Amino acid sequence: MHTLTLASMRSGLENGEFSSVELCQHFIDRIKKQNESLNAFVSITEEQAIAAARAADESRASGNVTGALHGLPIAHKDIFCTEGVRTTCGSRMLEAFVPPYNATVVEKLSAAGAICLGKTNMDEFAMGSSNENSYFGAVRNPWDTDRVPGGSSGGSAAAVGGRLVPACTGTDTGGSIRQPAAFCGITGLKPTYGRVSRYGMIAFASSLDQGGPMATSAEDCAWLLNEMAGFDERDSTSIERDKDDYVSTLVNSLDGVTIGLPKQYFDAGLDASIASLLQQAIAELEKLGAKFVDIDLENQHLSVPAYYIVAPAECSSNLARFDGVRYGHRCEDPKDLEDLYKRSRAEGFGREVKRRILVGTYALSAGYYDAYYLKAQKIRSLISQDFSQAFESVDFILGPTTPSPAFKVGEKTGDPLEMYLNDIYTIPANLAGLPGISVPCGEVGGLPVGMQLVGNYFEEARLLNVAHQYQMVTDWHTRIPG
Amino acid sequence: MTEKADTEVGNEVVEQVAHLARIQIDSDSVSNYASEMSGVLQLAAQMDQVDTSSVEPMAHPTHAVQRLREDVVTESNRRDAFQKIAPSVENGYYLVPPVIE
Repeated sequence: MHTLTLASMRSGLENGEFSSVELCQHFIDRIKKQNESLNAFVSITEEQAIAAARAADESRASGNVTGALHGLPIAHKDIFCTEGVRTTCGSRMLEAFVPPYNATVVEKLSAAGAICLGKTNMDEFAMGSSNENSYFGAVRNPWDTDRVPGGSSGGSAAAVGGRLVPACTGTDTGGSIRQPAAFCGITGLKPTYGRVSRYGMIAFASSLDQGGPMATSAEDCAWLLNEMAGFDERDSTSIERDKDDYVSTLVNSLDGVTIGLPKQYFDAGLDASIASLLQQAIAELEKLGAKFVDIDLENQHLSVPAYYIVAPAECSSNLARFDGVRYGHRCEDPKDLEDLYKRSRAEGFGREVKRRILVGTYALSAGYYDAYYLKAQKIRSLISQDFSQAFESVDFILGPTTPSPAFKVGEKTGDPLEMYLNDIYTIPANLAGLPGISVPCGEVGGLPVGMQLVGNYFEEARLLNVAHQYQMVTDWHTRIPG
Repeated sequence: MTEKADTEVGNEVVEQVAHLARIQIDSDSVSNYASEMSGVLQLAAQMDQVDTSSVEPMAHPTHAVQRLREDVVTESNRRDAFQKIAPSVENGYYLVPPVIE
């Protein structure tokens, strides 16, 4: 049952092949059995899930189907606030935080009938590319438990990759949906900035953060995005624009589609085995009618430097709210207010979070703002202009999602800068606010590899269409860890 | 004004920045933070390869502007729910150590 897609689970429920209670219990049993080795879940909400599944079965029996995801199990990254259910953001700071409200994404998926089985592990405050920065311990890759699942949505990726749940929510600030999706052999979409509401999604870098779906196929991502996307007046950066129907266009032909290949992504720096898998994927897409042209994204190499100013700067502002006063961790016996702030934050935040807060505070401080933050925002303009120019002649941009398959746990923890380079191919889309998707396109040494497609603003439907058409003629996305 | 800045961070800068960020740093980890921060700033210094004097900084990817709304109450008062999750409250107030002796 766990190898079914959401779409086939949906028809299984409709045809009475199994009930929502049976379906949810099956996945909860898998979670309970495998979570000890994978550590993909921080919380399992079995009781609420089974009660909700029972209610879903009863309402279905009385002819009342609430939405497109009626009775289907999912899980939320532990960055999305869930009313009455602990939301940790992977941090000691929020170890005991039970939000008094739901994130918009949580509300919307629940309104569509989806049933949340639990909250998935993540790098603390979404800062990391390996899920080794969680206060609740590292997550393991289901393809090889000696390896990382990627991050920061590593719990979601490992859970879907190991088929502990058919789909999850994730968030992507510099690649945190796409990079772990690639490492765990699943499909993950980062929508256009502003397409999915950030309300109730704990903020890291507000000008980059975007929530999105992670599932076993582009089709399932489309089903999820249909519910997640849309304008939300409670998010001041939400875009006032109707969402598309991401499912109905999946079947469109790729005839005449033009895809750009940035020479900067296919240079000598790219791992040869990944390059050859991408060439095979390109050949498949050509058979489907796509045309390929070489393009130039000349400022791509400045993405990582700009990102590691913008993201820490915004994180230092956002995380100022964690002061040990209104909610979150508070130190014992503070001797005065300053001591309360300083020790609560020192104890509540992990090493990577503190490092980024310090870098961000420095970059925003008087005398350095122009040299760092303003400069980085100017570089963002250049990177964005490169993309706009490219999209004048191509519909999509194709490249690798990551420089290598999943690396070993502990392999890169000693050098933050080496860790940062993992996101070299994913960060540009965040800086420009563009949508991107990672799709499984092969294996190297028994580990999955992802290909990334970036589209123009609000082109999520067409991105999912290309990914779906590719998945109709390939089976990489159906492979599961042995 | 020049757009260049120091990329070498000393211990006293780390301590000053940690104070501004209200994070207590153990004295034996200050030099580690100093070298890690210097590493990130050196990475950032690669941005100086490009002359951006005539480039406008990005404000919003799709050039959206701040949305305005009617000046009306949209949220209900949920003080009890919000205070229930606070570390220390009394009579509807958040408690902190005395600020004025």
